[in-house]
Amino acid sequence: MTAAMRFAKSHEWARPEGDGLVTVGISAYAVEALTDLVFMQLPEVGRRVKAGDSLGEIESVKAVSDVYAPISGEVVAVNAGLPGALETLGRDPYGDGWMVRIRPDSPAELDTLLDEVAYAALLKSQPH
Amino acid sequence: MSQPLLETPLCRWHESHGGRMVDFAGWKMPVQYGSIVEEHLATRRAAGLFDVSHMGRLTVAGPAAIDWLEGLLTRRVAGIEPGQARYTLVTGQAPGGGDVVILDDAIVARDEDAADGSPRLSLVVNASNRERVVGWLSSRLPAAGVRFADRTFQTAMIAVQGPRAVDVVTGLANAADAERIGGLRPYRTAVASIAGHRAGVSRSGYTGEDGVELVVDAAAAEPVWNALHAAGRPVGLAACGLGARDTLRLEAGMPLYGHELREESDPFAIGLGLGVTLDGRTFPGAERFADLRAHPRGRVRVGLAFDSKRTAREGSSVRQGGREVGTVTSGSFAPSLDRAVAMALVDRDASAPGTQLDVVVREVPQAAHVTPLPFHRRA
Repeated sequence: MTAAMRFAKSHEWARPEGDGLVTVGISAYAVEALTDLVFMQLPEVGRRVKAGDSLGEIESVKAVSDVYAPISGEVVAVNAGLPGALETLGRDPYGDGWMVRIRPDSPAELDTLLDEVAYAALLKSQPH
Repeated sequence: MSQPLLETPLCRWHESHGGRMVDFAGWKMPVQYGSIVEEHLATRRAAGLFDVSHMGRLTVAGPAAIDWLEGLLTRRVAGIEPGQARYTLVTGQAPGGGDVVILDDAIVARDEDAADGSPRLSLVVNASNRERVVGWLSSRLPAAGVRFADRTFQTAMIAVQGPRAVDVVTGLANAADAERIGGLRPYRTAVASIAGHRAGVSRSGYTGEDGVELVVDAAAAEPVWNALHAAGRPVGLAACGLGARDTLRLEAGMPLYGHELREESDPFAIGLGLGVTLDGRTFPGAERFADLRAHPRGRVRVGLAFDSKRTAREGSSVRQGGREVGTVTSGSFAPSLDRAVAMALVDRDASAPGTQLDVVVREVPQAAHVTPLPFHRRA
């Protein structure tokens, strides 16, 4: 994790990159909570999303969950190899386990998300 | 406010070993300790250890016990020998009265006779139906000759399932008991000493694997469990939660009450004709069952195999050429098959093996084909 990384309460992370794009994935907590991932669907490149829209689905043995866009913008890249290698999410959720890159409508929207400290506090309040 | 959850005598063990605890039929139970897939595969390859103490354990004893149950259960009780168990349905009135419905499915077993020669039987029922089965049976008790008790809270039930399960259990018994347990045929029972504790042992289970189910006093649950866990670990035994129990029974094509089997089900259509013996018997609902057997109707239970790993869930619509022909009753990723499978109730003309169907999963049709049950058969 880097200091600049932000988190949604729904456990997606968003990291601004030097090129103005924002990389998005799901947190280590979410991967651990889901366990036994079997299926993932990613959006198509070019799709426009608003913060809170479904970006795709991730399915475990027990349940299917939506992945939500943490910020508004256009999906400009997807990690096409990820659905076929879901174990990557457990190994490297903040690196090789990235899901999409978004060109944000407003980079300032990142400031509405949780920072690392606030996200850690949120996790402490989660039932185990 | 909801009532506090019931706890089995092994609840603390689950919580201290990473069990992810959920509310299951009012009981606080582990859905998994780590990975459902790993727990599932451990059971297929070696052995799984399951706390199934949430299931209801009822006892029926006394000189009139057999006659009484013979008039209430869909399977013949009169012919059961001591040490034998049978799968049965329990028909009766739900709380509040009304038509006779299928209240539950159950295992009825006859234990060794009491010292005075009168029979003793036991029933294992689903946790979700225990209270209403107890209520129904209690309402049918004769004035004398039958002692009926709910022993769920005085006892615990542990399932050991998998190709190494019997070895693990017999390794904790003396030579004579080990030989008797090893020689038990399916649906036969014995009383034995396991790790020094008296246990009712049944060659049965809900995973499609060989194995046994043990009933012990509540106070013996933790020492017996710990002994089984310690003895089994070197051969690959894993403690398993309800998640793996569900994927295992689904692969084994076993119905679950509330899903494949419901109050109004036609047992013959859903492949549970083996749970009903008519032959002029007079259990509640026998006439309706006789009619259903003579005039098959209604949707039949089938297996569906999917091309993808995307999983249909209960309630998903099954279609053929855009027309709805059925509904999914249980669906999951199947760890032993590495694909998604489901059980569904479908129209008879869409039920032949190989029939291509679509199942609507989150609004997207997924290709599937009808496949014979069980999905998985033990080696």
